[in-house]
Amino acid sequence: MNSIVCIKRVPDSEARIRVGADGRAIDPAGVKFALNPYDEIALEEALRRREAAGEGTVTVITVGGDEARETLRQALAMGADEAVLLRAETSLDGWPVARALAAELDGRAFDLLLSGKQAIDDDGMQVPAMVAELLGLPCATVVVELEIEDGRVTARREVEGGHEVVELSLPAALAVQKGLNEPRYPSLKGIMAAKRKPLEEKDITLEEGDLELLSLGGPPPRPEPEIVGEGPEAVPELVRRLREEARVL
Amino acid sequence: MADVLAVAEFRAGEARPVARETVSVARRLADALGGRLDVVAAAGPGGGEAAAGLARHGADRILVSEDETFAAYAPDALVASLAAVAGAGSYGAIVFAGSAQGKDLSARAAARLGRSLATEVTEVDVEDGRVVVTRPVYAGKAYARLAFRSAPAVLSIRPNVFPAAEREGAGEVEPLPVEAVEPRTRVVGTERGERERLDVREAEIVVSGGRGLQDPERWTVLEDLVEALGPTATLGASRAVVDAGWRPHGEQVGQTGKVVSPNLYFAIGISGAIQHLAGMRTARVIVAVNRDPDAPIFSVANYGIVGDVFEVVPKLTEAIRALRGG
Ligand SMILES: Cc1cc2nc3c(=O)[nH]c(=O)nc-3n(C[C@H](O)[C@H](O)[C@H](O)COP(=O)(O)OP(=O)(O)OC[C@H]3O[C@@H](n4cnc5c(N)ncnc54)[C@H](O)[C@@H]3O)c2cc1C
Ligand SMILES: Nc1ncnc2c1ncn2[C@@H]1O[C@H](COP(=O)(O)O)[C@@H](O)[C@H]1O
Repeated sequence: MNSIVCIKRVPDSEARIRVGADGRAIDPAGVKFALNPYDEIALEEALRRREAAGEGTVTVITVGGDEARETLRQALAMGADEAVLLRAETSLDGWPVARALAAELDGRAFDLLLSGKQAIDDDGMQVPAMVAELLGLPCATVVVELEIEDGRVTARREVEGGHEVVELSLPAALAVQKGLNEPRYPSLKGIMAAKRKPLEEKDITLEEGDLELLSLGGPPPRPEPEIVGEGPEAVPELVRRLREEARVL
Repeated sequence: MADVLAVAEFRAGEARPVARETVSVARRLADALGGRLDVVAAAGPGGGEAAAGLARHGADRILVSEDETFAAYAPDALVASLAAVAGAGSYGAIVFAGSAQGKDLSARAAARLGRSLATEVTEVDVEDGRVVVTRPVYAGKAYARLAFRSAPAVLSIRPNVFPAAEREGAGEVEPLPVEAVEPRTRVVGTERGERERLDVREAEIVVSGGRGLQDPERWTVLEDLVEALGPTATLGASRAVVDAGWRPHGEQVGQTGKVVSPNLYFAIGISGAIQHLAGMRTARVIVAVNRDPDAPIFSVANYGIVGDVFEVVPKLTEAIRALRGG
């Protein structure tokens, strides 16, 4: 079972995000970066499939800057066999990234193309389905359960109020959601081994997308918070406020 | 002058609530661009009437298919139909729902059309003839304003953010072209949650519980509150209780769960970790109940009560029942 896993370096989910002085990007000072949590799940799935099959290769690939090398090493430490860095400057627009990934993957042989359902920086939720479309691959997104038998894939995907069951054939593109598996931590042995695994680097130029960033700002401010009171005695006042002030009851 | 295309979401012959929001947003864009509003309604068997009803939200031309192909979500056929419609017109914008289906479909369609895609926008306008959107990034810790350099602007709207506006459109019904495509991705079944409860992303009121509830058995306290609040209310959860197996993942609100924008959000026994706040800080009104006065949830709550869940919530349920029943 050969898999390619698309991974991305993103600010840790705990990170406090501040917009930089130029109003065009976040201020990276003090921000811890990590492997996108959904991509960890995608990678874990690829590793388990390889282990279950007893053969195959797991390749991780990213489009990003020099810093992304560290993220690729982390994926190699978790157990990926080889890594590819397509070095380019990225933006919040997923379309140019999808095109670059598709161009690189076109002609490569694999069974599974695994991605996260969402990168927690651009929250685009689009790159995997775009790549699949460009490559003409069957595709399921927001996958929480996966069964593969004789080249047939059955995936359960999360939709509003329930699940959809989707059938596809290999090779297939899958964008995974939390719940599919629990990703492992890299072992010390894995970290040592990662240093000797192949990491290929290529400089590429992303094409211009159709989106122009005008500005990046903070979230709209919330109204001044207020403690209405303590204990059950505060309930009548809360209900009054919800009715008369907020008009939501 | 340019026309606008809206893609209305259907499930089992029914227009989803978000379909009306999508059409309403697209109507406003069509007015701003001085064009006509076309709506694609891959309604599936029996969905024709619901599709025609979208004229009430301003649809001028409704491209309907009741074909069996669209009995369930059929991404390959739908992308092919959309490509045919988009290719035959000259659209300034194509508007999708930012739902599970809409996000899947819009990404495929954008790639087919060779366009960038702005996902889950929370604002959209036309400025100097260009479509300009605002969308949350970094889990809503920042907002990006983006302009489309050229047409069509392909975007999806965050559910529950834009109102479904009443506005009479010409409502001409025409058949949606259905291309003969061999599906690569086949939806073979749908499973509803165990209860016919609304999804957290679609509910007007969300009552979320956290570890402060202390025991999955005690969720009845929240179920009673939801029931008192009526059919537009539903249950949500923090990740801590989902990870503990107390609640299904579909209820999780937050960065790795669902992002919700209800009218009213109750955070009950939830501390307010940054990843939880990421999922609910765009709610219009937030109420927090927590026994710890320093819990971070109080920093975003319009109204807070410091107290024990099991003392406060039943009283609240009682008061709301009295209000509704009385
Ligand atoms: C990568 C990543 C992603 C994450 N994504 C999410 C996400 O999507 N959603 C999410 O929610 N979390 C997420 N988390 C987890 C998050 O960091 C918190 O751990 C989690 O939100 C805490 O859940 P909680 O508030 O229920 O529990 P706790 O933090 O334990 O809070 C329980 C609260 O209940 C109060 N309490 C206890 N007993 C009572 C009582 N009897 N009456 C009143 N109050 C009481 C306590 O004062 C406390 O404030 C994520 C974490 C990581 C690392
Ligand atoms: N720059 C990138 N390099 C590699 N994979 C990416 C990149 N951006 C996004 N992806 C993949 O696509 C998924 C969804 O990302 P997005 O569409 O940006 O939310 C991520 O979880 C990754 O698996």
